Amino acid sequence: MPAWLSPEEWTALRLSLRVALWATILSLPLALLVAQALARWRFPGKGLLNGLVHLPLVLPPVVTGYVLLLSFGRRGWIGQFLDQWFGIVLAFRWTGAVLAAAVMAFPLMVRAIRLSIEAVDPRLEQAAGSLGASAPWVWATVTLPLILPGVIAGAVLAFAKAMGEFGATITFVSNIPGQTQTLPSAIYSFLQVPGGEASAARLAIISVGVAMTALILSEWLARKAARRVAGQ
Amino acid sequence: MTLSVRLRHDFAGFALDVAFEAPPGVTVLFGPSGSGKSTVLNAVAGLLRPDHGRIVVAGEVLSDTARGVFLPPHHRRLGVIFQDGRLFPHLSVRQNLRYGRWFAPRTARPAREAVVVEMLGIGALLDRRPATLSGGERQRVAIGRALMAGPGLILADEPLSALDDDRKAEILPYLERLRDELQVPMLYVSHAMPEVARIATTVALLDRGRLIRLGPAAEVLSDPAFAGRGREAGALILATVTAHHPDGVTELSAGGLPLFLPTLPAAPGDRLRLRIAAADVMLAQGVPQGLSALNLLPGTVDGVHPQGDAVLVRLATPAGAVLSRITRRSAAQLGVRPGAALTAIVKSLSHAPQDVGTPLH
Repeated sequence: MPAWLSPEEWTALRLSLRVALWATILSLPLALLVAQALARWRFPGKGLLNGLVHLPLVLPPVVTGYVLLLSFGRRGWIGQFLDQWFGIVLAFRWTGAVLAAAVMAFPLMVRAIRLSIEAVDPRLEQAAGSLGASAPWVWATVTLPLILPGVIAGAVLAFAKAMGEFGATITFVSNIPGQTQTLPSAIYSFLQVPGGEASAARLAIISVGVAMTALILSEWLARKAARRVAGQ
Repeated sequence: MTLSVRLRHDFAGFALDVAFEAPPGVTVLFGPSGSGKSTVLNAVAGLLRPDHGRIVVAGEVLSDTARGVFLPPHHRRLGVIFQDGRLFPHLSVRQNLRYGRWFAPRTARPAREAVVVEMLGIGALLDRRPATLSGGERQRVAIGRALMAGPGLILADEPLSALDDDRKAEILPYLERLRDELQVPMLYVSHAMPEVARIATTVALLDRGRLIRLGPAAEVLSDPAFAGRGREAGALILATVTAHHPDGVTELSAGGLPLFLPTLPAAPGDRLRLRIAAADVMLAQGVPQGLSALNLLPGTVDGVHPQGDAVLVRLATPAGAVLSRITRRSAAQLGVRPGAALTAIVKSLSHAPQDVGTPLH
């Protein structure tokens, strides 16, 4: 623990890092699939899927959190199913914070991956097919390597977004120190008590640092992706 | 039979209806843009699902609408050489070459890498990325990549049309070696006559979705009814190098007749293709004396085809058929009609470098 952070601050930071990491890792495979579908496939309901994915981006986060509570809460239909069959409870647990962060960061990740898939020349994939590669192999040996920097850029951006998620998280899993109190929730709490400004400021600076680093890194990786697709 | 194609496909405002059987060697689909030649190639490659038809390559049915057979492209074992190369930018030249081999079935016997690399002269490029290659180098690698997949048939979709003349001249000999040394069957789309003359074993002429002529290259190219305009029109002659003379002339023999050209990089005994443009051939009655032109080919007129103010004349000579484009006035003065005995006169220096094929030992 760094000397300049109090135990509560340190706990909140560690929890946020853990939540953001899991949210990024768990949503990545689904984001790849959805991005591929939106970029390349034609199917009924594509517009609906696109809208659904982007909804958390424009909806008030508190509404997203409420919807999560209704569906994944103990009495929600998915929540009940998960509890009865797998013994998984998300509401008011750190795992619920992971779900909230993942849902909120998902549109950013899908957007970044989708853009890099669209930049891949489909004629290269056709050429791979003509050389005997089946569709999954074409994806694994041509599409994926070409979009990899874009995927990483999307993941970095999603990680930063997950680190900063507040509205949906506090609505769905509340603000329990050591359990669901992430960095933004902690800042919010510190601001509610007298003398908490210094702690809030320290955590705010960390938030800005994480966000800035992620933006620069993701921008740099996106440019690298563009160069790679252009073959340089 | 290497390839058998029967296709019918309706597009908006355009109907394709062709059927042909291609013998071994290089079959060139030739015709103006919009004639349907690329469509035929796409159907063979599996990139287009035809309305009706049957495609068989080396005994394997790739597509048969009557029986509901349609092999997806990756099961067809064809090597496609695209116009724009389409090398994988994230892989080195070596990895590009080996790509098809990962997916080739065990029964396939792909061309050996060392042979392909040597033949295409790409040994020095193996560790480089496609972006650092010149257009000609890229296309050589693309040819190698198609070969290394061990295909039963190579499909070439205007592989030279994106290159300038110098690069074309660089690539053509490699395609000739493919045909002559590796004897890989090929279906080749082109709209450039000199290229066809160099590469084709068989020519299939397409026009507005129909096959209008199919036959051996020399026969189709010397048919005045189908020969193109301008320098496009020209006959194909197969000649054997007999001697190099010290005054800068190479002597060849075609059908027992001597031909003289400026020194060629070929050894006596080598065989090569020679395209003689119709615009470079004069006609004369009897055997003229005192000419600077070295090549005199006596023959009989067996085809006359008016082309605007000019006339395309086909002369059957012991060296093979020769085409000549002359004015209507000259044709009248010489009494050009089928059966007339005339002599074709060709200047030694008049042929263009790309009109001489790579010598075959």
